Amino acid sequence: MITAFFFRALDGKTWAVLAVLLGIGIALPLLSLTDPSFPLHVPTYVVALVGKYLCYALLALSVDLVWGYCGILSLGHAAFFALGGYAMGMYLMRQIGTRGVYANPILPDFMVFLNWTKLPWFWHGFDMFWFAAIMVLLVPGLLAFVFGWFAFRSRVTGVYLSIITQAMTYALLLAFFRNDMGFGGNNGLTDFKDILGFNIQAPETRGVLFFASAFALALGFLICRAVIASKFGKVLIAVRDAESRTRFIGYRVEGYKLFVFVLSAMMAGVAGSLYVPQIGIINPGEFAPANSIEAVIWVAVGGRGTLIGPIVGALLVNFGKTWFTSGVLAEYWLFVLGGLFIAVTLFLPKGVVGTLMARARKKPDETKAPGALSPIEASQAAEEGA
Amino acid sequence: MLNKVSRTIGALATAATIAVGATSAFAADDTIKVGILHSLSGTMAISETTLKDTVLFLIDEQNKKGGVLGKKLEAVVVDPASNWPLFAEKARELISQDKVSVVFGCWTSVSRKSVLPVFKELNSILFYPVQYEGEESERNVFYTGAAPNQQAIPAVDYLMSEEGGAVKRWVLEGTDYVYPRTTNKILEAYLKSKGVAEEDIMINYTPFGFSDWQTEVAAIKKFGSAGKKTAVVSTVNGDANVPFYKELGNQGIKAEDIPVVAFSVGEEELAGIDTAPLVGHLAAWNYFQSIDTPENEDFIKKWHAFIKNDKRTTNDPMEATYIGFNAWVAAVEKAGTTQPDAVIDALIGVSVPNLTGGFSTIMPNHHITKPVYIGEIQDNGQLDVVWQTPGLVVGDEWSDYLPDSKDLISDWRAPMSCGNFNVKTGKCGGS
Amino acid sequence: MRPFPSRLAALAIIALTLFGVLRPAFGADLTAQVNALGQGDYAALEKAIGDLAATGDPQVAPVLDALSNGDLYVRKSDNAVVKATKSGSGFTLTDPVTGAALGEAGRSGVTKIKVNNKIRGLVRSATGSLTLMSADPAQRRSAAADVFRSGDPAQIPLLDQAIAKETDPGVKKIMTEARAAAVLKSDMGDADKIAAIAVLSTRADQDALAMLASTASGPDGAVKSAAADAVASIQGQLKLWEGVQNIWYGVSLGSVLLLAAIGLAITFGVMGIINMAHGEMVMLGAYTTFVVQEIIRNSYPELFDWSLAIALPLAFLVSGAVGVLIERSVIRFLYGRPLETLLATWGISLILQQAVRTYFGPNNREVGNPSWMSGAFDLGNIAITYNRMWIVVFALGVFAVLMLVLKRTPFGLQTRAVTANRPMASSMGIRTPLVDALTFGLGSGIAGIAGVALSQIDNVSPNLGQSYIIDSFMVVVFGGVGNLWGTLVGAFTLGIANKFLEPYAGAVLAKILVLVFIILFIQKRPRGLFALKGRSVEA
Repeated sequence: MITAFFFRALDGKTWAVLAVLLGIGIALPLLSLTDPSFPLHVPTYVVALVGKYLCYALLALSVDLVWGYCGILSLGHAAFFALGGYAMGMYLMRQIGTRGVYANPILPDFMVFLNWTKLPWFWHGFDMFWFAAIMVLLVPGLLAFVFGWFAFRSRVTGVYLSIITQAMTYALLLAFFRNDMGFGGNNGLTDFKDILGFNIQAPETRGVLFFASAFALALGFLICRAVIASKFGKVLIAVRDAESRTRFIGYRVEGYKLFVFVLSAMMAGVAGSLYVPQIGIINPGEFAPANSIEAVIWVAVGGRGTLIGPIVGALLVNFGKTWFTSGVLAEYWLFVLGGLFIAVTLFLPKGVVGTLMARARKKPDETKAPGALSPIEASQAAEEGA
Repeated sequence: MLNKVSRTIGALATAATIAVGATSAFAADDTIKVGILHSLSGTMAISETTLKDTVLFLIDEQNKKGGVLGKKLEAVVVDPASNWPLFAEKARELISQDKVSVVFGCWTSVSRKSVLPVFKELNSILFYPVQYEGEESERNVFYTGAAPNQQAIPAVDYLMSEEGGAVKRWVLEGTDYVYPRTTNKILEAYLKSKGVAEEDIMINYTPFGFSDWQTEVAAIKKFGSAGKKTAVVSTVNGDANVPFYKELGNQGIKAEDIPVVAFSVGEEELAGIDTAPLVGHLAAWNYFQSIDTPENEDFIKKWHAFIKNDKRTTNDPMEATYIGFNAWVAAVEKAGTTQPDAVIDALIGVSVPNLTGGFSTIMPNHHITKPVYIGEIQDNGQLDVVWQTPGLVVGDEWSDYLPDSKDLISDWRAPMSCGNFNVKTGKCGGS
Repeated sequence: MRPFPSRLAALAIIALTLFGVLRPAFGADLTAQVNALGQGDYAALEKAIGDLAATGDPQVAPVLDALSNGDLYVRKSDNAVVKATKSGSGFTLTDPVTGAALGEAGRSGVTKIKVNNKIRGLVRSATGSLTLMSADPAQRRSAAADVFRSGDPAQIPLLDQAIAKETDPGVKKIMTEARAAAVLKSDMGDADKIAAIAVLSTRADQDALAMLASTASGPDGAVKSAAADAVASIQGQLKLWEGVQNIWYGVSLGSVLLLAAIGLAITFGVMGIINMAHGEMVMLGAYTTFVVQEIIRNSYPELFDWSLAIALPLAFLVSGAVGVLIERSVIRFLYGRPLETLLATWGISLILQQAVRTYFGPNNREVGNPSWMSGAFDLGNIAITYNRMWIVVFALGVFAVLMLVLKRTPFGLQTRAVTANRPMASSMGIRTPLVDALTFGLGSGIAGIAGVALSQIDNVSPNLGQSYIIDSFMVVVFGGVGNLWGTLVGAFTLGIANKFLEPYAGAVLAKILVLVFIILFIQKRPRGLFALKGRSVEA
């Protein structure tokens, strides 16, 4: 049954994407371990960078699943990402043990110098990897479930939902900033030593983490693909396009939305948990509403409603960010990013991938791709419709 | 429509090519590269942009003198955009891609914590020029800003003295992040050790960028009216200060009644406020623009010429950058190489002139010696020194007033080479 | 009996002669004493101030004022104390006592006499006693307040004289209180002290509480118990005032939220555009104020008190024009796609922020408070600051004008028509594109006006807008999109709730609690406090 569920998803394109992702996941780390004189040698810097992008890509994918296929624009996905990251960070923190600067076997350093005497209850269990791994899925999933349960049942939709998801991540940002919360306040969790017994800074560990990110992204892609290809997925799209109509037909819209929202939050949590060991720090800055909005932008740039789009978008935008924030262009990065937001919404409403796909489809019969409106048509449509 | 898209993409591509050309045009082999890691956009740009200009200015001055080891210095500027993960990414880029010999950067503690693993892994040098909470000593980092004992404790000493008003009651007001939390912990322990009772200390925290201070200022006023001389020790961070001081001024809290001594308010922050109602409130730093020494006058003159603006202020983190930069230059000359291990060893013991007429020495704990000044806010936005420590104060990375850190010491010289040596257990804690 | 009047007469004659003859000598003596201010350290300075104050000479007061303002310098050539004002690169010197011009000096020719808070406090109580008999009631009032604060028992005889002479009842009251404060610190008898406690307990404010509290912690006895009773009664009264104070703070915070949100209530609430660049419109307004003040400072300093009035229309025009530009160039292509306006306007906000940062620099810019916006007045036992009060008034004023525009003008009618039913409005001959542009311009312009007001209480920096954007959205959503009254009620509700929570939960937790409350509230009423009633299934 489950095999069939995934099997249906495996068309040629999906195979290709999976192959490319896993290929990169294996090739890059291996090439980085080669001698620097080797012509195809990849510097570790690139591995670290691309590893980070892959985590962002998984976050983008999770945003796309709810926004592109179910019409829920969440401006709070960074919260799930950060919670997953914190769960992993807590595990890594506990792994430091007596190697912390104060050599306290139980308490993390930041608790020691702020005179905490015992470990808060929610830190227990995080010294075991399996527990942390479950929490990476459970905490974001639970938050999404509770939040979605209330929001979808009360039929909070559209703009209102976007804004309260933003309020949620903002409230969490403020809460995690508080030192009394016991998550290291503004500095967050850092100074990690090792993961599962391996030195976290060793190139080999980095390589494995990189592969894990690529693998998680591939798995996430496969799951999304399977969900979309199933009958369930068709209902999701129906909810996106005409929620009331779907409800009147007899579907329990809340249930569909809730499931996909929780799934998406868990994916974001996994992305966060892989991001933290590669970056070496997690702090409340990750909850910033601006981060969530940026993730939405990656999806929009790549093309929402396509599964490859968000991956491409996250890679493109982040590559641009890396590249524009160095050297002489440093002061102009925000102009470029801002300009990109405007250009994409105005000229590429279907994103890069969406537009290319529409173009490819259009070639044989030269008909107009539905949805890809020119600005003038869009404004006409707006005048007529809204 | 599609035509338009392809044109846009074309334009972007052209811009990109130009930009690549511009970046790579910088590369040259006969120079020593210096990385600058300060935010130029986002919320921290307000403080950090000045430091970027300061390093550029110092590099320019050094090159006029002939550079270092006969080579010119070349600045590599990146923008971590006030985004902490981006700090780590940019640090990695500077060290492994641009191959810089040293990095000057970071402002907030969290940005320093973000880049720490990178500097350790790739073994490079970071000069950190901002006052911070201490509780850290890393081999790859040199802390040229003040540790708590070089700022907070002397300030409290001054207020407790007869001259400072013999303060008996204390409000510790801070932004809720690690620097104020730690500083206030240290101060609380210090005050109690000086016989201040629990009920004479009030601690309060507000969020970042807090702007509605009515309730807090009213609470301070109330706390201050218990018949004992009261002072406020403020670790309120950057942006929240302007509304805080405005509210103080408007609610009529005069410095003669309840003085406020701040650790994060300098010339640059005051430039954004009308300081007339604030005259007499205090700030503790290791440098003030108003300090009258030939070195400082010369520095300000050249800085104004470089930045082409006579009104630009100078401040303490700028002096810390100045000290760090000159110490690095001296150490490279001493070691005869820019190789990090040699320079890290050479840096200890290096003594360079500071801007207040003395010398600052890099100590084995990677902190430096500094004089401490208490300045009073003047109506022209400057701070006038009213008190100073008799001699230089050595930065104390592990505070003596925190129970778990009082047994730790740091010495990065050869036999010990440890940032957190526990004198009780005789072991290097973090290894 | 005989010798007495003659002795009196003799005394009078001696006094007169002394006065007449010694008058110039007195002045010379004063100069010597003033010069003593410049010798030695703080301790010597304290003594010199004490000596000067002890002369009782009214001429001393301006000298001490100059000292406390940091205008007194020591001339290095002869160690004379002079009053110096900056002129060019040097100083213009005057005699601090007579005001006679003493020529110029270079920067290195004089050294400033440094004062600290302790010295300023001393000077304040010294000038207080010196100006207690001044002809100007305002000066007497502030002198009495100074003496009250210092509570120096040595001033009691002087206060007695002043009280006897005083005609203004308000000033007299303060003087009596000052006397009571001094009595408490003196070694006078218990009866006097208990009377003094009674006087102070009628004052019933923080200052009186402070004085009584220190008496109440003194040695046991009738005085102590009277003081303790008074402290208890004042504390009870102050508790009540605290509630009033919280409401006022809440109203004031609410008015700030209202100002920040009201423009958004139009662009988001009425037009349905998720305008993330709204905060930047506020910022542009604040920067307009800065530019206006800068021009005024440099060219027309006498107009400074009018700077806000001049900045208001300009800020409206600047932000409004930018708003119209944004609407025409970007937003008009996005009607009907609200979530995409979010992305585009977020992009616009980034560009505007960085543009301001590039042009004005990343630092805070100084925007001054005009004199009518500075200071505070007491209403009962709470201090109401003028800037907060005017902002409350201003916010309500803006709201009223906006309501009038929307409900009573042809433009308002057209706006409402277009929002309600665009095709219908269009076919009735309304130029919908023009109305769209102007409505967006109106919302943005009002944000600009808000910026003028917020520049008075907050940083003027490129980050200004960002700190208000989330709060603004919360207010509009909480109040109910599309309903200006909802925004009004929402802003004040959230403001007051926040300020009542703050003393108990702390500022951070209070804010989190308010956010959680909004999230829960939206679950209960998904359309906000005042939902627009409609019949459509999917609004």
